Amino acid sequence: MESPDSVVLTVLLFWPLVAALLVILFGSSDRLIKNGSIWASLLPLGLSIYLLFAYDIEGGGMQFEQVAEWIPQLNAGYHIGVDGLSIPLIFLTALLSTLSLYYSAGVINQRVKEYFFLMHLLEFSMLGVFLALDYVLFYVFWEISLVPMYFLIGIWGGANRGYAAIKFFIYTLVGSVAMLLAILGVYFATGTFDIVEAAAAQPFAGNLTLASLAFWGFFLGFAFKVPSFPFHTWLPDAHTEAPTAGSVILAGVLLKLGAYGMLRIMLPSFPEASVYWASWLVALGAIAIVYGAFVCVAQTDLKRLIAYSSVSHMGYVMLGIGAAATIMTPDALASAVDRFGLSAEAIQDSAAMALNGAALQMFNHGIITGALFFLVGIIYERAHTRDLSLFGGLATKTPHFYGLMLTAAFASLGLPGLAGFWAELFTFRGAFALMPYWAAFGTIGIVITAVYILYRIIQNVFLGEYDEHKLPHWTTVEGHQADGPTDMVGFEKVTMWPLIAAMFLLGIYPTPLINYFNRSAQELLAFVRNLV
Amino acid sequence: MGDLGFIAPEIILLIGGLFVFCLDVAYDPGVGKKSGLSYMALSALFLSAALIAAVLQLDIEEPHVAFSMMTVDRFGSFIKVTIFSGMILTAIAGGRYINRRSGNQGEFWTFFLMVSLAMSIAVSANNLVLVYLAIEFLSITSYMLAGFLRENRRSNEAGLKYFLYGSIASAVMLYGISLLYGATGSLYLNDIAAAFAEIIGDAQEISGLAFAALPAMLLILAGLGFKASLAPFYQWAPDTYDGSPTPVATYLSTASKAAAFAVLARFFVVGMASFEVNWAPVLAAFSIITMTMGNLAALRQNNVKRMLAYSSVAQAGYILMGLVAVTSVSPSAMDGLNGVLLYLFAYLFTNVGAFLVVMALEEAVNSTDISAYQGLIKRAPWLAAMFTVFLLSLTGIPVTGGFFGKFYVFGAAIQRQYFWLAAIGMINAGIAAFYYLRVIQAMFFTQDDEAETLDVPMALQTSLLICTIATIWVGVYPSAVLDWVSDASVQLLTVVP
Repeated sequence: MESPDSVVLTVLLFWPLVAALLVILFGSSDRLIKNGSIWASLLPLGLSIYLLFAYDIEGGGMQFEQVAEWIPQLNAGYHIGVDGLSIPLIFLTALLSTLSLYYSAGVINQRVKEYFFLMHLLEFSMLGVFLALDYVLFYVFWEISLVPMYFLIGIWGGANRGYAAIKFFIYTLVGSVAMLLAILGVYFATGTFDIVEAAAAQPFAGNLTLASLAFWGFFLGFAFKVPSFPFHTWLPDAHTEAPTAGSVILAGVLLKLGAYGMLRIMLPSFPEASVYWASWLVALGAIAIVYGAFVCVAQTDLKRLIAYSSVSHMGYVMLGIGAAATIMTPDALASAVDRFGLSAEAIQDSAAMALNGAALQMFNHGIITGALFFLVGIIYERAHTRDLSLFGGLATKTPHFYGLMLTAAFASLGLPGLAGFWAELFTFRGAFALMPYWAAFGTIGIVITAVYILYRIIQNVFLGEYDEHKLPHWTTVEGHQADGPTDMVGFEKVTMWPLIAAMFLLGIYPTPLINYFNRSAQELLAFVRNLV
Repeated sequence: MGDLGFIAPEIILLIGGLFVFCLDVAYDPGVGKKSGLSYMALSALFLSAALIAAVLQLDIEEPHVAFSMMTVDRFGSFIKVTIFSGMILTAIAGGRYINRRSGNQGEFWTFFLMVSLAMSIAVSANNLVLVYLAIEFLSITSYMLAGFLRENRRSNEAGLKYFLYGSIASAVMLYGISLLYGATGSLYLNDIAAAFAEIIGDAQEISGLAFAALPAMLLILAGLGFKASLAPFYQWAPDTYDGSPTPVATYLSTASKAAAFAVLARFFVVGMASFEVNWAPVLAAFSIITMTMGNLAALRQNNVKRMLAYSSVAQAGYILMGLVAVTSVSPSAMDGLNGVLLYLFAYLFTNVGAFLVVMALEEAVNSTDISAYQGLIKRAPWLAAMFTVFLLSLTGIPVTGGFFGKFYVFGAAIQRQYFWLAAIGMINAGIAAFYYLRVIQAMFFTQDDEAETLDVPMALQTSLLICTIATIWVGVYPSAVLDWVSDASVQLLTVVP
């Protein structure tokens, strides 16, 4: 009798696919589909919580691994497993999926069957990317994730949805095909598609040209998804047009896939190329932070503003990853020791901090921006516009909404006591030690973030006098005529509170989460240290 | 006469064709009456028998030369299985289409079986004259079928255009063959290869009569490139596909193309093995031009049938990429020839499916314009879903067969270090996504609540379902097909001197 732990990941992975098929085959009424979908999504959520507790942090490494034959001719297998990096992200995926399904049950009333089918399919593909330890499997899930999101934007999106959907698809497709070529390169260099084995075999070691080609192939694939400046132009369009839950998943999880890929694949597989190109990553990250923040200030559409804030906030992730990449080889570490006059341990600690900051930012950005997009959706369902100039003085009218928005917005700008703070602290603490000038440049972004959060969102939308002539037509969330803005209703509160609670919890006591990330950061550093 | 057993697929098709022809002459259903679908059913039966015969040859131990001119091997059998499957699916789906539009049922299905026979011979032929005859046979029967709707001017145009281009292409090819004969004194691919290997010798330098091979290869490439619709010999394709009856367009863009690629592969890999350094770059250039031209032209189409025509030109470019990257030295898992075969297999089911959807809409609303596809999800949800699978497969998105096809040809190109070729292929995949997605967009993104449900005939639905299952099956579990594919290419490559 095999222990249930040996199949837990397979169940976790394929359950959403089963749910999707059930929706298509047996979804006879909208009510059944909605309730069934919400209940179905609790299983992956429960399993991901189980993984959080069952994962042995002390032992570390890949756990719950499962290996099966798939394409023996190519030496490509069904290999899945989790480590400290992927477990929190799997939890994030399951949590946001459940919340999105729950929220969507309240607001989606058109083509319900297709919608819930696609949402389950999306969860399936995202879990697959985080679980896959085989390049072919990884790529398959990576590409599948495009399709449901394309339909979600295209069918339930805003006025300009066709353009936004196709732009999203083609940009990310071009990136992923570049990654495919790099994957094939790695395969021919190492003879395996196994991500862990291939990294251990160090493809193109000693050949910086080929290693750089492969590095940039992967980078293009990941950078389009992150999205890193200057590959970010699809993001504002996709977000602005996507339905609320689509934006939440897009910002909350899909963007993380890119950063996850950098940590999982690029740094361990190509340490030399990572060192060589690290300053580029750091520069792109720092530019994204500052540029994204400045662009936010100029936005007139609330959702577009938050979309650009994602560009800025994902810049922190890039900054952290890039800073840690500078010391991926022993030579680079030695030269850093000389340059900064610090001990090797201190330098490595900084790198670990930068990595932890990046990973924390991935998780926290998922929670915070997920919440912000929900909140934008909540106001849009009532006002049917997102034009910032039409809002004002909502604080008195919708106090509950105001309170939650305030929390999420402050978490986003990194207020101590809320989740966002720790990620910024760790990232900048790590990056300052390794790339001081670019990190200093990046801090400009923090100031500008305060400007757009406080001035554009809080002051513009909530403070001041409420003027009923500015926006005369309001509805309730059900679509009935209303005299003015109405506050959040039950299902919206239930959607929001888990995220708000997480912001407080991780703001006050982030240690449990950091333990997971730190374990895998230390493993990565140990891995490159032990390479000859 | 032990050889007869080895050419069983061809014999079955020949008997079938003649039988249908005689039946048509002998049995007159009366003026104004249509003979129904019985001819179609009969043809599908003969094709199925040929398919079974080809399947039985899939695991043939050694390549067998039958009647000295036909090489029966796993490579040819795999292509035949692919071709016959496509022809059967087309026949089942297209029966009603033809029955409604033409009174000459027996004639059509006779030609249909003869076309299959021609392709089957071409795939196995190892003698250049037989290759030429098979290709001519294929062409002439195809002209007939393309122009079969005599009342329809577009169909006439399709047939005529195909004929005019085709005759020139054949003549050019024949000239190339004569050059090879002059240089080596033989028409057998193996003898030609041996003769050239001797002339070139260990010096690896082209000298004397071997120079004749260079123009000959180009001339023969022009002739076969016409069949495979490679740029710049593809101009006939859009008009012919668009104008000919949709079942004919279906096989022209799939089975006929597969046959042409099989002949190309046999000719270059076996016959011209000594000149690989010469032809590989030429084929690479053709591959790039073909995929780029096809994709750019497809971008501008509003007619879905025409769009698929250009798209199938572009797809030929990707397939050619596999041929460029053939490794004749030691076949590896991701050999270019494997790529060609896997791509052809996946592409056949995908593209047959796509054309069948076009046929379904043509039947229901008599239009192939993209506007006819608006809101198809509401009017025929399963049709829209299946078309989406085919379009995603053509784009190369997992979990469809098209993905593994691309995976293999890109892989082969990377393996042989054709990085620039792979990079251009990559950009092309991005461009192609745009026009495939436009159709998906039309089908899904808008919907009209008033629209009526479409009536799709049962036979067509069955064919479509088989195509969908095959497309997804190759995408999820390519292992089974890969075994056949690698056996097939190993057997072709081992005969290389």
